[in-house]
Amino acid sequence: MSLIKNHSKEVKQILSKYPPEGRRSAVMPLLYLAQREEGYVNKAAMQDIAQILEITETEVASIVGFYTLYHDEKAGKYRMQVCTDLPCALRGADEFLQNLCGNLGIKVGETTPDGLITLEEVKCLAGCDKAPLFQTQGPDGIKYHENMTVDKTLELIEALKGGD
Amino acid sequence: MTHILLRHREIPDIHKMTVYKKNGGFAAFKNAVTKMKPAEVTELVKSSGLRGRGGAGFPTGTKWSFIDNKTFPHYVVANADESEPGTFKDREIMEHNPLQFLEGLAIASYAVGANVAYVYLRGESWQIAALLDEKIAEMEKAGYLGENLFRTDYSLKIYTHLGAGAYICGEETALLESLEGRRGQPRVRPPFPALVGLYGKPTLINNVETLTNVPMILANGADWYKAMGTGDSAGVKIFSLSGRVRKPGNYELPFGATFRELIYEHGGGILDGRSVKVIMPAGASSSMIAVDDKVLDTRMDYAAVRALGSELGSASVIVIDDTVSVEWIINKTIHFFKHESCGKCTPCREGTYWMKNITDRIHSGKGAQADVDLLLNVAKQMQGKCLCPLGEFSTMAVVTGIERFPQDFKRAVKSDKLD
Repeated sequence: MSLIKNHSKEVKQILSKYPPEGRRSAVMPLLYLAQREEGYVNKAAMQDIAQILEITETEVASIVGFYTLYHDEKAGKYRMQVCTDLPCALRGADEFLQNLCGNLGIKVGETTPDGLITLEEVKCLAGCDKAPLFQTQGPDGIKYHENMTVDKTLELIEALKGGD
Repeated sequence: MTHILLRHREIPDIHKMTVYKKNGGFAAFKNAVTKMKPAEVTELVKSSGLRGRGGAGFPTGTKWSFIDNKTFPHYVVANADESEPGTFKDREIMEHNPLQFLEGLAIASYAVGANVAYVYLRGESWQIAALLDEKIAEMEKAGYLGENLFRTDYSLKIYTHLGAGAYICGEETALLESLEGRRGQPRVRPPFPALVGLYGKPTLINNVETLTNVPMILANGADWYKAMGTGDSAGVKIFSLSGRVRKPGNYELPFGATFRELIYEHGGGILDGRSVKVIMPAGASSSMIAVDDKVLDTRMDYAAVRALGSELGSASVIVIDDTVSVEWIINKTIHFFKHESCGKCTPCREGTYWMKNITDRIHSGKGAQADVDLLLNVAKQMQGKCLCPLGEFSTMAVVTGIERFPQDFKRAVKSDKLD
């Protein structure tokens, strides 16, 4: 089991947070761990997690399917997730997203040709006073980028390129 | 006004242990554990009049007193799943005044006899969870968490747990399902979590802002707290102000401040000098308030906002000006609820699906008045039939929007009848 083999210390630490009868609680932190490297949870990792927690693979897959921050398909290195809910939209989030699409030459849901950015539209991120905003979900976790403009976003993308 | 919750605005670096302690930090927790019985702590919180800040406004001390004392262990869960469109207050507390929140959580845990507490954060708050983990480690090192605290037999551990993007997990039984490693779908109540909660054990679930009040109440007394606010709404509240205002942000004010004070004094007025048309005082879940001078001069507390035909909820005040059509607002809120419906109960799953289809049709300009009538009909049929409040919430803006702003829908549709 590669998850245990490669991250045994972290797996142990995660399991220690929950009582024996609540072992299954570790499924969500383990999924984050599994997702960290490739940006999505592959089938092998789901099998690993099912074995560790003594639940079925179907149960693990149902968690992946239910929560929006877990992915079962490969995307760009960074998912750029723009909030367009009501409070953000009242402060120009829809136009921001549209302009960003235009500048990147991709539509919502698509990935830039270099595989760096997948642009997504998401629900409220609890940053309504700092719209337009988005989060990046990538190898370094989830980060917020607030009070954004298209120019600032393009600068950020250049910086992310440099991180390769 | 000196802040009680957003104290970092006066005290720089209050997130640091040394600074927090210098400003009275952890004295209330120590005093509670060493000098008070758990029931005395609960009684004090009860008499302060503190009510839950997550939206429901249930009396906090009363909730604590419901914890079943025949079954052990007990658990406390801090609800940090802040996801209501328009709400961003708990985040500021945890980012800038995390120790006061954690002290409140520790006091609540002592009061209900829990030795383990979890902070359930929305998955997007990944960075905040990392910060809280640091603060928890500092508390352990300083002797505020761990075994035999202050040389008593009381022990406490706190852990963070990240959700993964699901609004429904703010509903407390869905939160428990999620924390137990399942899909976040609400449980049928009763039994309530106070009897059968996390891992089937008695569990107290409180919002972050609620808990952050607690150390100050213990330090200064119930009368001090009750002296702020209005009759049924004691103390202070963080109002998250968003939408078409000049200075959106969090404003901590005593209950009873008016909408006008919040929007014009604190929020700097409306963008482009326009006027307010709609206030949604409880985020996307709000009943819409059609604004006039009387509304602007209404005191913001639970009873007064209810008298306007809405709810104060978590006080996420979304301000909408006269350039915006209510038909568009509903389209936005329905898209949100359709996406966030967990799918467990039929009225919500099907209702939000069909409301989305109808509102999309109206919004695309292909709708008729009959579509508006149908939308209202679907929303009203959902009311009172859903398993948890999410379904009910999804109908609030629809029903009040159509009933209170019919002209916005007349303009959006091309004819009376369906094609």
